[in-house]
Amino acid sequence: MPDPNFGKYAAYIWPAYIITALVFAGLIVGSLRHARAWRRRAEALQRP
Amino acid sequence: MIPAPAFLANPERFMAFSRWAAPLLGVIAIALAAAGLWLGFAAPDDYQQGATVRIMFIHVPAAILAMFVYVCLGVASLLALVFRHLLADAAAQAAAPLGAALTFLALVTGSLWGRPMWGAWWVWDARLTSVLVLFLFYIAYLALRASIDDEAKGARAAAILALVGLVNLPIVHFSVYWWNSLHQGSSMLTKGALPPVYAIPLYLMTLAYLAGFGALWLVRIRGELWRRRAEAAALRAARA
Repeated sequence: MPDPNFGKYAAYIWPAYIITALVFAGLIVGSLRHARAWRRRAEALQRP
Repeated sequence: MIPAPAFLANPERFMAFSRWAAPLLGVIAIALAAAGLWLGFAAPDDYQQGATVRIMFIHVPAAILAMFVYVCLGVASLLALVFRHLLADAAAQAAAPLGAALTFLALVTGSLWGRPMWGAWWVWDARLTSVLVLFLFYIAYLALRASIDDEAKGARAAAILALVGLVNLPIVHFSVYWWNSLHQGSSMLTKGALPPVYAIPLYLMTLAYLAGFGALWLVRIRGELWRRRAEAAALRAARA
C-alpha cells in the first residue's frame, strides 16, 4: 500500500509532485484550449 | 506499404490520425501514470536516500523527455528546413513549449532532490549546467519565433537555432562520464543498477511521460494547423 508519510523529506517530495502536477495541468488545459479556439475560428471563417 | 512518416506528412491524413491517436495516448498516459505512482509511493525508502528516492519517479522521466523532445524538435526543424514542409514546421513549433516545460520540471525536481541529498539547491555541475543550456535553447527557440514578424523567416531562423542546439544533447548525456560530477550516471541504461521495486515504477512513469507527450504534441500540432487554416481563411476573406 502507498505510504504518503515522507517524514523530514516531505518538504521536498510534495513540492516536487505538486509542481509537476501543476505544470502538466497547465500544458493539458493550454493545449486543448489553443486547439479548440483555433478550430472554432477556422470553422467559422471557412463557413460559406 | 506507405511508411508512417510519409503517411503522416499529409495534413488531412494527419488530422484524421491524430483525432483518435491523441485521446488514446492520453488515456494510456493516465493509466501508466496511475500504476507508476501507486507502485512508486508503495516502494520502500532507499537505504541511502530515504523517502527522497520517490522524486526519481518524476525527475528522471522529465529529464529523459526533455532530451527526447529536443530530438523531435531537431528532426522536425531539419525536415521543415530541407523540404519546407508545413506539418514539420508545425510539429517543431508544437514541440518547443512542451520540451521547455519538461526541462523546467527536470531542473526544479532535480533541485528539490539535490537539496536534501547534496546539501545544495544548485551546483554548477556539468550535467546541471548542460541541462540549463538545453532549457535556454528551448526558450531562445520560442523567443526567436515570436520576435520575427514574418512567420516564414522566424520559422527558418528558429529551425537553424534548433539544429545548433542538437550539439548540446551528447554533452548532456555524457557529461557525467566526461567530467567529475555530483550527479550520478544513468541508472536506467545500466543493467542491475536499480532493483525492480524502483525500476518498475520508473519505467512505467517514463512510458507515461512519453505517452503524455505524444498526446499533447498531437493536440498542439492540430491546434497549429487550425491556426494556419484560420489565418489563411481570414487573409482570403480580406482580399475578397
